[in-house]
Amino acid sequence: MSIFLDRSSRVIVQGITGRMAQFHTQEMQAYGTNVVGGVVPGKGGETIFGVPVFDTVKQAVEATGADTSLVFVPPPFAADSIMEAADGGIRYCVCITDGIPAQDMIRVKRYMMRYPRERRMVLTGPNCAGTISPGKAMLGIMPGHIYLPGHVGIVGRSGTLGYEAAQQLKDRGIGVSTSVGIGGDPINGSSFRDILERFEADPETHVVCMIGEIGGPQEAEAAAYIQEHMTKPVIAYIAGLTAPKGRTMGHAGAIISAFGESASEKVEILTAAGVTVAENPSVIGETIARVMNRKAA
Amino acid sequence: MDIHEYQAKEILSRFGVTVPSGGLAYSPEQAAYRARELGGNRWIVKAQVHAGGRGKAGGVKLCNSEHEIQDATNDMFGRKLVTHQTGPEGKGIYRVYVESAVDFNREIYLGFVLDRTSQRVMIVASSEGGMEIEDISANKPESIVRSTVEPAVGLQEFQAREIAFALGIPNSLTQQMVRTLQGCYRAFRELDATMVEINPLVITADNRILALDAKMTFDSNALFRHPQVSELRDKSQEDPREARAADRGLAYIGLTGNIGCIVNGAGLAMATMDTIKLAGGEPANFLDIGGGATPERVAKAFRLVMSDENVQAILVNIFAGINRCDWVAEGVVQALKANPVDVPVIVRLAGTNVEEGQKILAQSGLPIIRAGSLMEAAERAVGAWKNDQKQNTKMRAI
Repeated sequence: MSIFLDRSSRVIVQGITGRMAQFHTQEMQAYGTNVVGGVVPGKGGETIFGVPVFDTVKQAVEATGADTSLVFVPPPFAADSIMEAADGGIRYCVCITDGIPAQDMIRVKRYMMRYPRERRMVLTGPNCAGTISPGKAMLGIMPGHIYLPGHVGIVGRSGTLGYEAAQQLKDRGIGVSTSVGIGGDPINGSSFRDILERFEADPETHVVCMIGEIGGPQEAEAAAYIQEHMTKPVIAYIAGLTAPKGRTMGHAGAIISAFGESASEKVEILTAAGVTVAENPSVIGETIARVMNRKAA
Repeated sequence: MDIHEYQAKEILSRFGVTVPSGGLAYSPEQAAYRARELGGNRWIVKAQVHAGGRGKAGGVKLCNSEHEIQDATNDMFGRKLVTHQTGPEGKGIYRVYVESAVDFNREIYLGFVLDRTSQRVMIVASSEGGMEIEDISANKPESIVRSTVEPAVGLQEFQAREIAFALGIPNSLTQQMVRTLQGCYRAFRELDATMVEINPLVITADNRILALDAKMTFDSNALFRHPQVSELRDKSQEDPREARAADRGLAYIGLTGNIGCIVNGAGLAMATMDTIKLAGGEPANFLDIGGGATPERVAKAFRLVMSDENVQAILVNIFAGINRCDWVAEGVVQALKANPVDVPVIVRLAGTNVEEGQKILAQSGLPIIRAGSLMEAAERAVGAWKNDQKQNTKMRAI
């Protein structure tokens, strides 16, 4: 199994009847993802795209054996849906929703602590493009065909910048083991470090590409982890060298508010930790290819 | 979203934080009238702008008569106040706040922030108030006290007491300090703030704890449930282009360069700006039109970017995944035919059906400059702009 997903992952979509959710559910099914149902309170008993809709996550898990969930619920209700998934027995959850209040996410993170670590759901996102293990399953809104199956693990905050990396790899015939979006929000489900730990332990992943940006402490935390614990090479790109201080750059979390949160400081910290940093986004693929060749030689 | 000092004080006082008596004024006459209402013979007049550093910039004046208040506010109204936080363009002064002057013995710094490491609300306090927190942490780091709040139960009294003792607050004022801390936390929590800052919080000569200044920032993602907070938005404090963009659902930030950017996705938008800089140019803006990049959004984006007079070239960088490149290219062509622009336009498409997209751009009859990689696009944009400068005339791209 890849780090979170497999052909056998049993997926439910929370908010499956929404316009966006409908479109992407069909895309995921076409990719081969094993979608087993949906959850929309009040719509239990209906069927959509050949799968049953349930009122609650617990009912969905009971009836379908679902272990994975994709949350497509509007921002005011998304935190509640994530907590419902955590309580309903879901193991891995991706939340796509952009615009969840930060304090709702604080509550979600606190709520998840009530489960012992071995039973605690893993959350990635919110405000991300999702997770894909090429050739196996896709859980999110990305264009699946830009990813070849292979051995590069991608983790990043930004959706389109992650696509950019995947496309550059595909153009060179290089494939991806898993690509994980951790999202652009200030309080998120999993950090860079959390995902790097998974990639380090994943036999399918040989090299990791980490795409960060300004704001927050997670790139620096990742650098410390890489330096102390990682045996696999890490290539990074950090966006926002020209971003002004104190302004929110699109993503709610992309704001320089403390020391160490600017792009140049992050580049410096990562370089010092032995990470190969790509100077511009056009050379991400090239840089990964070079590191892989060096590793093979 | 930012609000004014007087609004933050009004909110915090509702949550039990003690603030000086004051009154808002929209004119020098009203300011003098407010002073008379307040009584006394010493007042502080404070320019209400969304920025810190007002004192050093001349936005805070101590006045000893109504006449002085008139003079001081005459200078303030209609002026742009330039502080180290506003940028060179400054922020307009359209409201002033008049407060009774207060004698105090001690200044304390108090801040509540979203701490991204602990993923909780953190209280940051220091006995060295009056200075900015950046300066305190640079010069007196040992004076800083930190405490995180367990979200399930909120700020506990013992935590508030610990902070009071660590700051050396006199025993007779411990309870008042606890009330102040808990009031701030409740305001933060109940109104979805992302920052509450009182600097300075003072101990007055007559032994009271008083918030002399106050600043609150709110989570724009949570405004849907706080209509009373949304009402406090003051568009006069925002960049007009940014405000217009925000009202149209686009994330736009104006910068000082001259290469306009139209990009889908926040990360890719930042990366595009960075690449322009690497290629020797300066970006005019950050603009994320969203993942979808529909023709309507592209058209809106062209109008927005062109409203900046400094823009001398436009770089469009779209990664089209599910929305294929050919569809995005049609959108760009339509937008440019409907809104002709008189600067060079460089388009870089990547993703699905990129060849078809390129063909549509090439056959459009529009002088669009096409580029393969982002670096190439940035180099061409910078080249087109420099070429433009050399000829000293605007090359008509359309």
